[in-house]
Amino acid sequence: MVTGTSVLGVKFDGGVVIAADMLGSYGSLARFRNISRIMKVNDNTVLGASGDYADFQYLKQVIDQMIIDEELLGDGHSYSPKAIHSWLTRAMYSRRSKMNPLWNTVVIGGFYNGESFLGYVDMLGVAYEDPTLATGYGAYLAQPLMREVLEKKPILTKDEARDLIERCMKILYYRDARSFNRYELAIVTEKGVEVEGPLSVETNWDIAHLIRGFE
Amino acid sequence: VTRGPADIIAAGSDITATTGTGGDVTLPLPRSLSRLHSLPWDRGQRDRPLTRFLPRSIELDEPPLVHTAASLFKEMCYRYREDLMAGIIVAGWDRRKGGQVFAVPMGGMMVRQPFSVGGSGSSYIYGFVDASYKPGMSREECLSFTANALALAMERDGSSGGVIRLAAITEQGVERQVVLGNQLPRFSSP
Repeated sequence: MVTGTSVLGVKFDGGVVIAADMLGSYGSLARFRNISRIMKVNDNTVLGASGDYADFQYLKQVIDQMIIDEELLGDGHSYSPKAIHSWLTRAMYSRRSKMNPLWNTVVIGGFYNGESFLGYVDMLGVAYEDPTLATGYGAYLAQPLMREVLEKKPILTKDEARDLIERCMKILYYRDARSFNRYELAIVTEKGVEVEGPLSVETNWDIAHLIRGFE
Repeated sequence: VTRGPADIIAAGSDITATTGTGGDVTLPLPRSLSRLHSLPWDRGQRDRPLTRFLPRSIELDEPPLVHTAASLFKEMCYRYREDLMAGIIVAGWDRRKGGQVFAVPMGGMMVRQPFSVGGSGSSYIYGFVDASYKPGMSREECLSFTANALALAMERDGSSGGVIRLAAITEQGVERQVVLGNQLPRFSSP
């Protein structure tokens, strides 16, 4: 099955930013190098998924239809990021309880009623919110870096958040063997959703010359 | 499977399948390139009976879209992913987007690609196709790209071999070709 690696998320003053690379891996094979693992749910919410890509496509189909149905109701309401997160938690837990999980770990980012939202749901139905989030290898490699920055400065600006994400994506590309140097960034503010990509990180391999034993 | 410029699709496959887990008996089966409708084509690996059940004709105001055909495969491959073992490539031509190639690998995701490879020998030729493919190739370039890729895979993969069945798919329809075992493109060998 085709899988995606880490998804990162960081809150800032006035919104959230999430990022995920554009790779669909088939075991160790970098099979699909131009796929998007981020979806725009509505003007307030974005969702990034790691894990099984077919299950992500299924989720996307279901969520897109939910949004259409809500639009058709025409009652002036739109799903909040928290509502999507809550629904997804129940949906994922329900599947896990039937022993047929959606094999994904999902990050939901949004901005609604003047507040940033950043939530996590995994295939077991475990769910939580935090100012910084990361799935997969990102949880081990990027999360410590993100938390360190926020400990010093709890409220970031949009540019600081973006810089932090970029730094983390660089480190993930160096260290995660199932990552790829091509990623997308989704930023949600009161203005709406902006998905940037494909982006790439600048890598510096000078350290290679300092390593002894490979002459 | 490759997409050419003026929307020409070149699709090809070898003809062998192995029985049992030992993999030392080869059956020269008639085809693994199946016609879905007069235009969209499917190239399935592994479960051979599956590709025979799937072709069906769809009555619409226009001939079916390649995306639609691929989606039908995707629906089945995703829904029964626990029970099926099939990697599928759907290629064809329609009036809206011209030539298209869709991959539906195991697991049941669906993605459009400029070209796609799959099946047991495909691992050996990822490097070759990545290095050789250029967007906007002519019909002949596409056919020879496909044939060369298959020949290289067949050379290295014990589970592939025999003849190459090529199909060029355009607005006009499908033209099939066979490259026989003794006519295969040759490359360096010791």
